This record gives sequence, structure tokens and C-alpha cells, in this order.
Amino acid sequence: MRKLAYRQALNEALAEELARDEDVFLMGEEVAEYNGAYKVSVGLLDKFGPKRVIDTPITEAGFAGIGIGAAMVGLKPVVEMMTFNFAVLALDQIMNTAAKMRYMSGGQLSCPIVIRGPGGAAGHLGAQHSQSLEQQYVHIPGLKVVMPSTPYDAKGLLKSAIRDPDPVVFIESELMYGWEGEVPEEEYLIPIGKADVKREGTDCTILTWSRMVHVALAAAETLAEQGISVEVVDLRSLRPLDKDAIRASVKKTNRAVVIEEAWGWASMGASVADFVSRDLFDFLDAPVGRLHQREIPMPYAYNLEPLNMPNEERVIEAVKRACYVD
Amino acid sequence: MPAKTTATDSATKAPASRKKSNGTQEWLDPKSAAKARKELGDDKIVEMYQSMLHMRRFEEQAGRAYQMGKIKGFCHLYIGQEPVAVACAEALEERDYMVSAYRDHGHALAKGMTGNAVMAELYGKVDGCSRGKGGSMHLFDVSKKFYGGWGIVGGQIPTAAGIAFAAKYRDEDAVTVGFLGDGSIHQGVVHETFNMAQLWSLPVVFIIENNRYAMGTELKRASSVENLAVKADAYGMASATIDGKDIFKAYFGIKEAVERARGESKPTLLNIDTYRFRGHSMSDPANYRTKDELEAEMAGDPIVRLQNWLVESKIRTLDEIEAFDVEIKADVKASLKFAEESPQPDVSEHEQHIYVDWSWDIE
Repeated sequence: MRKLAYRQALNEALAEELARDEDVFLMGEEVAEYNGAYKVSVGLLDKFGPKRVIDTPITEAGFAGIGIGAAMVGLKPVVEMMTFNFAVLALDQIMNTAAKMRYMSGGQLSCPIVIRGPGGAAGHLGAQHSQSLEQQYVHIPGLKVVMPSTPYDAKGLLKSAIRDPDPVVFIESELMYGWEGEVPEEEYLIPIGKADVKREGTDCTILTWSRMVHVALAAAETLAEQGISVEVVDLRSLRPLDKDAIRASVKKTNRAVVIEEAWGWASMGASVADFVSRDLFDFLDAPVGRLHQREIPMPYAYNLEPLNMPNEERVIEAVKRACYVD
Repeated sequence: MPAKTTATDSATKAPASRKKSNGTQEWLDPKSAAKARKELGDDKIVEMYQSMLHMRRFEEQAGRAYQMGKIKGFCHLYIGQEPVAVACAEALEERDYMVSAYRDHGHALAKGMTGNAVMAELYGKVDGCSRGKGGSMHLFDVSKKFYGGWGIVGGQIPTAAGIAFAAKYRDEDAVTVGFLGDGSIHQGVVHETFNMAQLWSLPVVFIIENNRYAMGTELKRASSVENLAVKADAYGMASATIDGKDIFKAYFGIKEAVERARGESKPTLLNIDTYRFRGHSMSDPANYRTKDELEAEMAGDPIVRLQNWLVESKIRTLDEIEAFDVEIKADVKASLKFAEESPQPDVSEHEQHIYVDWSWDIE
């Protein structure tokens, strides 16, 4: 099968959906003439013109709100946040407007918008540009939240997100834009709300998403050499959460470790661990393990930055702890 | 000035003394009035009067229902500001969109929503326009092109521009009006939106209903400039300051902006002077303003002004106007009864309308 970079897979998804539906448009900072800050939208202005691919001023709340208003009357906007660190400025519009319109209007309105862009750390960008803020969106009823870990998932899920009738927050990974993976030529969709077992195993389940999937897979490889068989479940969708997939895996392995790039207090990982601990209590042979970023703003210094983050070594430690192996 | 007036605000009583003070004018601009007679016709003007009076009586009853505990939460009454909503609705076509903030009852009624649907929403009943799930601050009716209903100050302004963006994108011949207050004009997202509305030539009219108080903070304590229309200058946007206590001036001022949006696809910022006779919400005694100021404003009650003008101009007699009032009061009473009798939303509705497509368990 052909290989595409994560950004190319996203670009294909955008191009296919723009071609498929006149109501779809892309809006954001530098998406058109600059071809995207991270080149996700490269070539789209040439292909679809300035009506469909729109550069905005640097006003996240404003253009998110305009996209949301357009969605409320039936357009299908894809609003790019240059990074989700900047989307904080648009949080009011996303949580108070996009997430609430349907409920507050007694079901009259819907808001079929995708808010997408990169999240997470990307290497030496300092405290304001390295945050994993998915928790802000996962917390809000009315939003759907998707975080794909491979080019294949990225394309299939973005296409589903654009067609979805509800507001979808689609968080990509800045570090993975150049990473390649298999993507078929033919069209496909991946349903929102379905997890994917990225590696099968029998001794311990790792529940994770986005870039941490790859850290978990690397750790699983090393652990396999040491005789510990790890199953890696990529949640892909954080809201809705595929509880059945989690149940199926943990019932098999009887141990679970939740790994996230974000800070750990009041986080997505905390909620997943809470779910596993209570829903699957009778199936657990050990407390649910957790690994997350340390509760420290991201330092710039090359030696300090890695100290903040979960890595392969720490994943191995966490899995061994859950398996009662020294 | 003619003494033959009836109290239009029975809850607060029109002041006996009708002296001018604080620059409040009791009369209506004769030029605009003559123009209105010509362009709108007397019957239409009478209809506008009836709409204003209906809003007034509706709000008075809503206030009483609130005091009786029938309406709960926040309830921001529109009393005093009626000409703005009525003039705006008259300047718009049915296909045009309206987006409001939390003082939205008047706007919703003006856009064609029924007193029954709005009152039932205030009561949290299933026959309310938002099935009882929105409440006073979140009135919606897509069929009337009324899109809320906002509890976040200024948050509705990008939505209004977004609707205008969509209308332009789809070549709809539709204008969007976004209402805001003299409080929300200072919000960053409002200015972000102004910039894009002008940059992208969106067919939108931003109407500041400047009632001089952002909750309890008088404009001069919150704004570095007195004239809010100048806020448009930074964006190269057309603007005007309009007397919103004169229904005719309000109508022609808004009409001009609507025509600019429709004909040229250009936004306008309107700074409309108005005044609310009640507190910010039902729980606000409005101690931040003087009794003299309030009385002077109420002496120039815009509904009394129009009523006097209708009588003076011999368009309707005082008896006929009093008959309208009887009819309108009965109509509002019927809305109260409708709201009383409407059931609360079924518990099965609790989990509905969160998502369009959701086949998983909610929790």
C-alpha cells in the first residue's frame, strides 16, 4: 500500500470533502495563500479558490465564532487553529456556542463544524506552545473530540468529522505531521467513537491516544522481549469514548495502564482510569496504572523538556508496576 | 404638551407631572413622522404601536409572574426599549436573521414569535420556543429566523457575523442583525468580528442598544469614549447614532443600515440611545441611578409618545387606543394561561438534543 505523511493524509481528507460538498469550507490563519502553517492545507486554495479556502486575521475567538454561526445555518466549516494552544482564545465560542446551541434551542439547531489543528508538545517550543489541552473539550457535553495517531486514522476520521452533524474538535499532533503510514488510494471513513487495537497482547492493556500510541507501541516491543505481552488500545475518539473496546481488552488482560501526554489532574486519563477502576473492578488484578506529563509548565531547556514527558522507559516502568514485575 | 395620556406602564405608573427634563423629549420628530406616514402608512404605524404595547404588557406580566415564582432564574425585562425592536423588525424582511443577547424577549416577539411560545419558555414549559430548555436568555425559533438568546456578553456577535457569512456564501438575499449592549461593545470578540465583517463585506447590522448601564455600571465609568459609534471608525465601518426613543427615527436609521447590508453587502454599527425602565434583571433594584433620572426618562416613555402622536394626528382616538390596550392585556393573559397549562418537558427530553448523532450512552 502507498505511504502518506500524516499531513498529506489530512490534506487528502480536506480536498476530498471540499470536492464532495459545496457547503464545506476551510478557514483559519495562513490556511490559504501561505498553504498552511504546517502545510496541511497545501494546494487547497489553488484547487478550490478563495471562497472555499479563507485566510483570517489572527483572531481565534472571532473566526471560530463566525464559523460556528455559519454552521448553525447549515454550512460545514472546517476551522483550523494554528495550534490548540491558541484555541484557548476561542474556548468561549466552542463551549458556550457550538456545544450548547442544540440543547438550548430544544433541538432546533445543530452545529456541524470541525475545529482542527495540532496539539501537544513539538520540541523546544516552551511553555505556551507545548500544551495538551484535550481535557478542555472532552469535559463539555455537546462536543465530540477526536485525536488520531496514524495517517490512516487521521484521514478516515477527518472525513467522518466533516460529515458529522455535531461539532467535532479534531486534535492532530504537531510532531507527527511528517510521520508516514499506509493510506489506501480508495475512499474510506472511520467512524467516530470507535477505538482501535494497535497491538494485541494478553498481560496488560495500555489505553492511550495520539502520539502516545507510538510511545506505547515502542514500549510494548521492548516488553515483549522481556516476556510481557502488552495490548495497545488507541482510543482515537475521546468523546464519545469506546467503552466496549476498553472492556473487551481489560477483561482479557486484567490490567490497565492509562498513558497521556497531558497533565494528570482532572484530565482525560484521570477519567479513563476512573472508568476502568469502577466499571471493571472485578476484572482487575492490579490498580489501574497512570502515566502523564509532570505537573510543570513545559521548560525550554533541552535537558529539562524530556523530564516533563512520558517516554518509552516510563511506560515500561508503569506496565511492570501494573504487572507486579520488578 | 397634551395631558391626554394613559399610563402604559401600570406597574410603575406614568408620572403625573409630564415636564421635560434631562433633555428627554416627549414628542416625536415631525419630519420623520411625516415620512413614516408616507412610507409606512397609518395602519402600519398603528401596528407598530400595538407591537410596542404588546411587549410592554407582556413584560409587565412576566415581571409579575417572576415575583410570584412562576418564572425563575434570570429575567431581563425590555421595558422602555420597545421602539428599537419594533423598528428593527419593521426594517427587516421575514427572511432576514436576528441574533440577540440576554434581554431578548422584545426581539423575539418583534421577529414574529408568539407571546405564547415566549411566555411558555419563560415558564420552562414544553410548548416554549426552546421546549423549556433554553429559558429567558435562550429564546430560539429557526422558522422565524431568530437565533437566540445569549448569556455570554458579546458572544452572540461572531455568530451573527457567521450567519451573515453563510448568507453571503450561499447568495441568499438576507440581512442579519446582531444586537448587543453598551456593555458588550468592550468585549474583544466583538471587535474581532467588526474587523472581519468589514474586511469580508458581510451583510450584517450590529445594533448597540445603548441603555447607558451595563448591569450597574454607567457607560462613562466603562467606556473611554462617550460616543460608541466611533468604535466603527477603527474598522472603516459605517456607523450612526440614533434616537431609539423615537420609533420613527429608529426605523429610518435602522432601515438605512439594512439597505446598506442588502444592497452593498456592507456592515454597519448603530449606536441606538435607549433606556430601560426596570433594573438589569428582576433582582436588581437599580440603585446606581437616581429617581429623578428614571422619572425624567419615564416622562418621555416612547410608547406614550407614540400614543399621544397617534391621537394628536387624529390617526386613532384615545378610546380606540384604550381598546387596543384591553385587547392586548387579554392576549397577554391568554399567554400566561397557555404557559401555566403547558406541561413541563417530559423527563425523556432531559437527554435529548445534546447531539444530532449519538448512539452511545451519554454518561
